[in-house]
Amino acid sequence: MIRVQAMPFDPGGELNTFTASVAGAGAVVSFTGLVRDVSGGLTSMEIEHYPGMTEKALGAIRAEAMQRWDLAGALIVHRFGVLEAEEMIMMVATASCHRKDAFEAAEFLMDYLKSRAPFWKREVTRDGADWVASKTEDEDALKRW
Amino acid sequence: MMQILYFAWVRERIGLPREEVETSAATVSDLINELRAREARYDMAFADTSALRVALDQELSEFDASLKGVREVAFFPPMTGG
Repeated sequence: MIRVQAMPFDPGGELNTFTASVAGAGAVVSFTGLVRDVSGGLTSMEIEHYPGMTEKALGAIRAEAMQRWDLAGALIVHRFGVLEAEEMIMMVATASCHRKDAFEAAEFLMDYLKSRAPFWKREVTRDGADWVASKTEDEDALKRW
Repeated sequence: MMQILYFAWVRERIGLPREEVETSAATVSDLINELRAREARYDMAFADTSALRVALDQELSEFDASLKGVREVAFFPPMTGG
């Protein structure tokens, strides 16, 4: 399941729905990403994306995870538009019979969607606005898979 | 006709989210050279291609890739999702 949306989401509700859909899986892992106020002066974060490609890229990343690990299900929810500090940007959840598969697949989804899904973050602070630069460690993180 | 899309700071520097162009460029690099020759804002946006990524028909690709049959080309900085 992949969802790309401007609307806020309820991670507890999402997780309950996901868990119910994978009854008998035995292990569910979830990760939620929040808007971080690194500089202390963040007023908002704007997330731009590439409609059409975003869904394709996330679908491909999810399909790859389903193939590499023994998963009963995988969920990706990612927002775009204007978000405030502390708001939830995205979540992933994975379900498996085995804890290790669920943890690893969740990390894989996170690593890949960080630098292979077409989202761009722009931080607006009291001093102005700037695009968040990609980090070399994000690219390096893909090498372990 | 080819659709060209720009995202994030590439869109800001060029001043457009998308445009339709008539081109006979064989590769992405050829297309970039055509665009750079047009106006200073394109020349600036494409000055350092190591800071750019390209997608052909919504699939990540390379600058030396062929444009044969491609309908949609997108230029953008490295992605920062998650």
